[in-house]
Amino acid sequence: MAPVSATPGRAEASTMARALREAVLAGIIAFGLFVLYVGLKTDQNISNELILVPRPGLLAIFVGLAMVARFLGVLYIQPAMKRRRDAKSAAADLELQPSYVKRNFSTIAIIALVLYPPLMVALFGTQGSLKWVDNFGIQILIYVMLAWGLNIVVGLAGLLDLGYVAFYAVGAYSYALLSTHLGLSFWVLLPMAGILAALWGMILGFPVLRLRGDYLAIVTLAFGEIIRLVLINWTEVTQGTFGISGIAKASIFGIYSFDVGAPNNFAKVFGLPMSAAYYKIFLFYVILALALLTAFVTIRLRRMPVGRAWEALREDEIACRSLGINTVTTKLTAFATGAMFGGFAGSFFAARQGFVSPESFVFLESAVILAIVVLGGMGSLVGIAVAAVVMVGGTEMLRELTFLKAIFGPDFTPELYRMLLFGLAMIVVMVLKPRGFVGSREPSAFLHARKSVSSSFTKEGHG
Amino acid sequence: MTALLQVKAVETYYGNIRALAGVDVEVQKGEIVCLIGANGAGKSTLMMTICGSPQARTGQILFEGRDITRMPTHEIARLRIAQSPEGRRIFPRMTVYENLQMGASLDNLKYFNEDVEKMFALFPRLKERQSQRGGTLSGGEQQMLSIARALMARPKLLLLDEPSLGLAPLIVKGIFEAIRKLNETEGLTVFLVEQNAFAALKLSHRAYVMVNGQVTMSGGGRELLANPEVRAAYLEGGRH
Repeated sequence: MAPVSATPGRAEASTMARALREAVLAGIIAFGLFVLYVGLKTDQNISNELILVPRPGLLAIFVGLAMVARFLGVLYIQPAMKRRRDAKSAAADLELQPSYVKRNFSTIAIIALVLYPPLMVALFGTQGSLKWVDNFGIQILIYVMLAWGLNIVVGLAGLLDLGYVAFYAVGAYSYALLSTHLGLSFWVLLPMAGILAALWGMILGFPVLRLRGDYLAIVTLAFGEIIRLVLINWTEVTQGTFGISGIAKASIFGIYSFDVGAPNNFAKVFGLPMSAAYYKIFLFYVILALALLTAFVTIRLRRMPVGRAWEALREDEIACRSLGINTVTTKLTAFATGAMFGGFAGSFFAARQGFVSPESFVFLESAVILAIVVLGGMGSLVGIAVAAVVMVGGTEMLRELTFLKAIFGPDFTPELYRMLLFGLAMIVVMVLKPRGFVGSREPSAFLHARKSVSSSFTKEGHG
Repeated sequence: MTALLQVKAVETYYGNIRALAGVDVEVQKGEIVCLIGANGAGKSTLMMTICGSPQARTGQILFEGRDITRMPTHEIARLRIAQSPEGRRIFPRMTVYENLQMGASLDNLKYFNEDVEKMFALFPRLKERQSQRGGTLSGGEQQMLSIARALMARPKLLLLDEPSLGLAPLIVKGIFEAIRKLNETEGLTVFLVEQNAFAALKLSHRAYVMVNGQVTMSGGGRELLANPEVRAAYLEGGRH
């Protein structure tokens, strides 16, 4: 913090001096970090030799950005945050009535989501809405659903699962294989995929019953990899890395189809011009319904004995047992329930893509889903949804940021910096809100008034 | 009449180390029985062995005449043996109210409303703190919560492991008073492990003294309190 000084003028001057000092320091660190990664690039020349291409300009931009950001941070953002903290602690004693938007956030969000596709069609036309409904809407909602599913395992039951994507894969391949071989429809296979994934959740659950924390994380990580490697190598069934293509589309409960040739094609029946957008809009509502189902089940379960047992299990396993809770079945139900929603999301994913391959189910996916749960604040559904929008929407948004080319030069492809920005975002969130976006936990039981519990007592970063 | 709890020649091991070397203990219905002894004597191990974690290697534990030696912990708890374990082990991130709910999960909250009022009457502090997180309570309040949570299961036998650990004497007095009250009014059977021998012996009908995994002495609470050997070993060293 800035040294206390007698006159405000001197305090300002000293802050300025400190800001300059720290900016230079940040510049040096940024230079050290980026000099090899950004400052040098390996290229092949005409005779196939590897040559180093120095990129001093780009390096200078990176260092410059770091310096400017640090300078502004020390000079403006830090004092502003301090003021906010002071104001907050002064106002903490007052009973604050949350604003209308805050109180009805979920209702407003759901209505907004229902209205989202027609709005996009109105704004960008049928064809133009594709990108917004599919790339943003559906993509984000899939991750919201996956994160809510994983939340049951990690956020509620406290079982750190690094292989969640395995259940997503099981769901996707269940649908892909059963629909191509047996010709069953999406609506029959959706629950089936869920059940199969739940079964695999139990299969994973049994051997790891005695494990907790880091040990559990490693075994689940291995499980995720095993599933992926089986998918790659069991070529007779899964066709290995080629994947399975031509997976049937979902239909509106068999009444209308989205297959171009079908007589009951949705667009044909209603005399609309052919477009992929209708299918995407339909899928948007399907995944929205599935995600809301996940949230609904989670909220209900939390108030039921099994949900309470999950939360108690997260806190203290020995105490649970001494209260007569069968920790074996409790853990297995947590794994199975979480996996089931992963399976639902997986079969939806297969129906949406029309193609599945093991490449979609790498460890990175598990990490992203877990990151969303952690950033959202373990256990908070709203926080997780917000985190999914920021994380997934943010990375999708990178594709749109063509103006960055003006700063970094025409060769700059923002998508390549996705992981860098992802990491940065995580660090920023964890520094500012160490317990996630929504750190407070609503008690599931109360005598007179519902009183949310301050975030200071909810789980912080550690597993 | 057979005793409510019978521990017969129980030996418990941690790996190769024998923690209990043939322990015999009996608790009759309606009694407060305490077990005193120095650190590492095996008091808590006996308590945990009764709960089935770890399980006794040899010997037998009978509850209401039924062999519970090889039962898993949660099934033992379902026979209405409630435990306030060492270190309290409340659920720190759940509210006081939710902690009490967890205690009542055996009956699926059937008697919850009735019982929770009883607990609040017994420990008025818990009522004040009901929507607070367990982890934010003081040590004494946590101990009260731990006992109240165990009582929510409507136990036939309450096992208390060092309820006075780390608490101010005044609070210990309050907690022991509550235990006595429960025993007198409801006929609750209590098996108590304590290092605070003076207070525990005063409270108990009968007591056992444990040394190196073996019971070396037993008798009425007052009787042991007057015993010169016990006084020398556990009481004269300063009243805790």
